[in-house]
Amino acid sequence: MEATVVETGTEGKTWGGANQPLKASYGKMMMWFFIVSDALTFSGFLASYGFSRFKFIDSWPIADEVFTHFPFLHGVEAPMYYVAFMTFILIFSSVTMVLAVDAGHKMQQNKVIIYMFLTIIGGFIFVGSQAWEWSTFIKGEFGAVETKGGRILQFLDTEGERVAIADFAASIPSERQYQTENEGLWYESGSTQTTFNFEEVKAGFLANDNLLVRTQYLNEHGEPTVLSREESIAKLTNEGKLVVEGANLQHNEYGPPLFADFFFFITGFHGFHVLSGVIINCIIFFNVIIGTYERRGSYEMVEKVGLYWHFVDLVWVFVFTFFYLV
Amino acid sequence: MAHDNHNLAIFRGTWKFKNNQSKIWGVFIVLSVITIVEVALGIIRPEFLTDNTFLAMRLLNWVFIILTIVKAYYITWDFMHMRDEKSGLRRSVVWTAVFLIAYLVLILLIEGDYIFEVYKENFIKFDF
Repeated sequence: MEATVVETGTEGKTWGGANQPLKASYGKMMMWFFIVSDALTFSGFLASYGFSRFKFIDSWPIADEVFTHFPFLHGVEAPMYYVAFMTFILIFSSVTMVLAVDAGHKMQQNKVIIYMFLTIIGGFIFVGSQAWEWSTFIKGEFGAVETKGGRILQFLDTEGERVAIADFAASIPSERQYQTENEGLWYESGSTQTTFNFEEVKAGFLANDNLLVRTQYLNEHGEPTVLSREESIAKLTNEGKLVVEGANLQHNEYGPPLFADFFFFITGFHGFHVLSGVIINCIIFFNVIIGTYERRGSYEMVEKVGLYWHFVDLVWVFVFTFFYLV
Repeated sequence: MAHDNHNLAIFRGTWKFKNNQSKIWGVFIVLSVITIVEVALGIIRPEFLTDNTFLAMRLLNWVFIILTIVKAYYITWDFMHMRDEKSGLRRSVVWTAVFLIAYLVLILLIEGDYIFEVYKENFIKFDF
């Protein structure tokens, strides 16, 4: 295309063009504006989590009691140590990332390679940890009973320790016929069965005098209310409906279904960001190795992907606080 | 940022570093200490902080939220080099996000609290 106007007569003036008031390249500025919009997406998630929590403020699960597991330490109560570990992994991979950016400014190719490699390793450890966290959450540990109103009843012994339903449920033999699609004219697949049905849990509960029911309602110290033996029996027999083991999007043994929904959506969305961050990091990493940026004379791409990586860390800091601490 | 004019001081200039790398490690130490404090408070849950409230929220939760914002500040300012950017870029990013997020959180939490009151006080059979 021919340039029709070459001179405007305003060169050198503020609005004459070629001015860079923000002193940032196009790519970097767009990365910042993407980060702003992505931050708003995450705050939408976290704010709606806060909304639901305020809606059920008197019966929301306590994160300390939900996330108590640590790999290879089965049965040991380790509230939050694992998430704290994950937080450190992510902060540390942020540090190696910013060191890579720093080395890039000084055009030290080999240092950039080492630091980006460490960053990618950190990202993989984090994603793996989150997968483990999810699988523990989905599997559950104690099991619970859901009432007709969708509330969760958990079981304690008289010392106040949680008891798994598998430890006391009676075994009532029942006949269950399995049929397949080719056996009938009309076929609908049934839902997944829990290990014990409600009748078995109820019978087992009535047979063990040292068991109590704990509801989700928090007392003035912020602890869930434990019912007396008589109240427990009345609550379970009148209002209990089905057994819940672990968590899915409809039911979970920890509290309101929304709790598990938000857990899956927020940590899942964040985990997806970490995964895409690792993939983008890998692409840039290989570009560094083959010397693309050395030839280009600038490592700004490392800085841009670094901005994204730090943003992922930044979001985790907030997820950590609002999901596990507050 | 192909230039080397990093601002090498944190804590309003009281902690100065010789070069950018040592500043990175300094910020890492700050972030680690804050995280350790958070986790320790989360496990101990001191009664003084859990039993007193300010603006309908436990003091402990206020401590967590303030420490989180401090952490977010150092990640943005030092890891993302916001400290070294022009004030125009910094404000267009930070002020926009802070204003919109604060507004969103405010209206959603007020609404959530209102719905809680409706469930609790009004003539709705909810817990059955």
